[in-house]
Amino acid sequence: MIELVSITKSFNSGKPNQFTAVDNVSLNIDPHQITILKGPSGSGKTSLMTMIGCMARPTSGRIFLQGVAAALPYQQSGSEAIEITSLPERFLNEIRRATFGFIFQQFNLIKGISVLENVMLPAYPTGERRADFRTRAEELLELFNISRHAAKRVDDLSGGELQRVAIARALINNPSIIIADEPTAHLDSKLSHEFMENVARLKGEGRTILIASHDPIVYDAPLIDRLVEMRDGAIVDSGRKR
Amino acid sequence: MNRSLERHLNILDFTLSSLSRRKGKNLSLLAIYLLVVFILASLVFFVTALKREAGMILQDAPDIVVQRLVAGRQDLVPATSVAEIAAIRGVTAVRSRLWGYYYDGLIGANYTVMADDATAAVGQAVIGAGISKARNLAVGDLLPLITYQKNPLMLEIKSVLPAGADLMAADLIVIAPDDFRALFNFPVNMATDLAISVRNPKEIGTIAAKIVELFPEARPVLKSEIQRTYQSLFDWRGGMTVVILASAMLSFIIFAWDKATGLSAEERREIGILKSIGWETGDVLLLKFWEGIVISLTAFLMGVVLAYGHVFFLSAPIFAQALKGWSVIYPRFQLIPVVDALQLSVLFFLTVVPYTTATVIPCWRAATTDPDAAMRS
Amino acid sequence: MRRSLQYLGFTAFSLVLLMSLALHARSVRAHADAGLNRQSALVKSLQLTDLCLTTEARYTRHPSLADRHAAYQDHPLSLEHFPSGSLIMPPPHLREVQ
Repeated sequence: MIELVSITKSFNSGKPNQFTAVDNVSLNIDPHQITILKGPSGSGKTSLMTMIGCMARPTSGRIFLQGVAAALPYQQSGSEAIEITSLPERFLNEIRRATFGFIFQQFNLIKGISVLENVMLPAYPTGERRADFRTRAEELLELFNISRHAAKRVDDLSGGELQRVAIARALINNPSIIIADEPTAHLDSKLSHEFMENVARLKGEGRTILIASHDPIVYDAPLIDRLVEMRDGAIVDSGRKR
Repeated sequence: MNRSLERHLNILDFTLSSLSRRKGKNLSLLAIYLLVVFILASLVFFVTALKREAGMILQDAPDIVVQRLVAGRQDLVPATSVAEIAAIRGVTAVRSRLWGYYYDGLIGANYTVMADDATAAVGQAVIGAGISKARNLAVGDLLPLITYQKNPLMLEIKSVLPAGADLMAADLIVIAPDDFRALFNFPVNMATDLAISVRNPKEIGTIAAKIVELFPEARPVLKSEIQRTYQSLFDWRGGMTVVILASAMLSFIIFAWDKATGLSAEERREIGILKSIGWETGDVLLLKFWEGIVISLTAFLMGVVLAYGHVFFLSAPIFAQALKGWSVIYPRFQLIPVVDALQLSVLFFLTVVPYTTATVIPCWRAATTDPDAAMRS
Repeated sequence: MRRSLQYLGFTAFSLVLLMSLALHARSVRAHADAGLNRQSALVKSLQLTDLCLTTEARYTRHPSLADRHAAYQDHPLSLEHFPSGSLIMPPPHLREVQ
C-alpha cells in the first residue's frame, strides 16, 4: 500500500515564476490493483508519480510505502511502512530499483544497442550476476512475443514492439509496483488495447499498477480498479471505481 | 561472486556495447591515440637506451683529452709535451692520438681515420661495419684512399669491426701511423691531441688545472664533460623530435578534449534515461570512467608494446631520419633495451589520466540531474 | 564470452606482454655484457671519445671535442647550419657527389 499525506510540490519556490504542481494531495493506493490518474496535462499527475516512484522529493508532505522489498539496513520489519521522503538519496535509489518499474511516454529506450540489452539495462548496476538477469530478460522477451528481435537494435522496431520492450524493461528487476506515464500517448487504438491486455497480465501477477493517462481506452477499460481524477494539482475525484 | 565486481563487469559490458555503436569513430580515435603514445614511448625508449649505453661505454673513454687551441681553434699538439705532461704526479699514461676526417667523394661519406700501430700494420686497415656496408668491402679487399698529395694509398682490409660496435665505430678506419702521416701529409712529431690516463679519478680536475698551468693554450676535455655532452645531446635531439611532434600532438589533444568533453544532446538524453530507470549518479560516472579507460588504457598499453618492438627489435626506423641528418654512414642501432618504470608511469599519467578525467568530468552535471528529468522531457 | 571479460582479458594480456617485455629487457641486458665489453675494449684500445651517431660533420661526429665557438666545417658540404642542419639539408647543388 502506498500512502500519501498532504503532498505538495512547488517549482522555483521563492521566485516570481513559482508554481505549484501538486497541492496538498492525500491519497491511499491499494496494492495489487490498477489505479488510474486521470487529468489534463499539467494537472500534476506526472509530478505525483515521480514522487511516488522515488524520483523526486515533495516540497512538503510524507509518503509511506508498505511491504517494499528493498534491503534497507535499518528496516524495522517487513510489515511496517517506510517513510521515503526523508530517506537519503542512496536508499531512495535502492528502493526505486527494487520496487518500481517505469514505463515512459517516450519509451526512453537507448538507441543503437540491442533489444535484449535495453531490457537488461536497469539490472546492470544492481550487481546481480549477468547470467541470471539475462535469463530473466529472455523470458520476458518470450512472454511479450519479441524474442525474435532480441539481437536487433531498438531503432529497427515498430511502435508496438518498442512499447513491449519498454514493458519488459520495467519488469526486469521484478518490481512490485509498475508506474506508467501516458503509456498510450504514442500508440494507435489497436496497440493501446494490446497495452491494456499486458497490464491485465501484470495485475494477474499480483503487481500494483499506477497509470497516468487521459486516454479513454485506458481509463474506461473494464479491468481498472480505481480512477483518480486530478486537475490543477489537486484531486477532484478520488472515488473508488464505479 | 562479489556484487560490486559484478556491478563493474555489468557496467563495463554496457560501456563496450555503447562504444561499439560508433565503431568507426571510436576506432579511429583509438588509432590516433595509439599513434601518439607509440611515438612518445618510442622516443622515451630510444633516448633512455642510448643514454644508458653511451654512459656505460664512455666510462672507458680517456680520463682527459688535451687539445691545443690556436686563436680559439683546435691545432696540432707537439709531441714534446707528452713527456712534460707524463711527469705530472698522478698521470699514469699519456698517449698522443692521431686522427682526422677523410671525405670519400665516391659515396659522399665522411670517415673518421685513426692511427694505431697495435691495430693495423703499414698497408693494412681495420674498418667499421658501416664503411664495409657502404663501400661493399670485405676482409682482404683493397680500400683505395687518395692522399693530400693526390697519390693513391691502397690499404688491405685486415678486419671489419663487428656490427655490435657500430655505436662507437661504424665510420672508423684504423691504419698505421705511417700511413696516416702519408695520407694527410701530417707533420712528424705532431699529434692531433693527447689522451691522458689518471690514477685517481678524484684528481682529474686537479691534473687538468696543472696542464693548463703548464700549457696555457691547452684545452683539457674531461671524461665527465664527454659524458655530459652526450646526456645533453640526447636531451637536445629528443627535444627536437618532441617539438616537431608537438603540433601533431596538440591537435590531437584538442581533438580528444573536444571529443571527451563535448557532451552531445544524445548523450545527455541517455544519461537521463539511465537515471530514470534506476542508475545512480555513481553508476553513470562509472560508465563514463570505463569509457575513458577503455580507449586510453588500450592505447597506452598497445602503444608502449609496439614502441618497444619498434625501438629494440626494429632499431627505431622512424627516428633514423631525425638522427641521421644527411650523413651517409648511419649505424644500425642494436640498443640494449631499458624499461624505465618511472618514465612509463609519467607517460601513463600524461595519457590515460587526463583523457579519462576529461571523459568523466563533463558528465558530472548531467549525471547529477534529477531522475525525473527524463520523464518531463 | 561476455564483452567485459573479453576486454579485461585483452587488457590483462597486454599487461602481461608489457611485463614480459620488461623481463626481456632484463635478460637481454644480462647477455649484452659481451658486446658491451667488446665495445669497451675498443674504446680503451683506441681511446675513443665519441659515439658514431651522425657522421655529417665534426661537431656531430665528435661533439665532445668540437671547438667551443668556431664554425664546424670539416665535411666538405657542411656549412654552419646549427641547429637547422638536423632538419634541413644543404641545397642539392652542394650535395651532388663529385
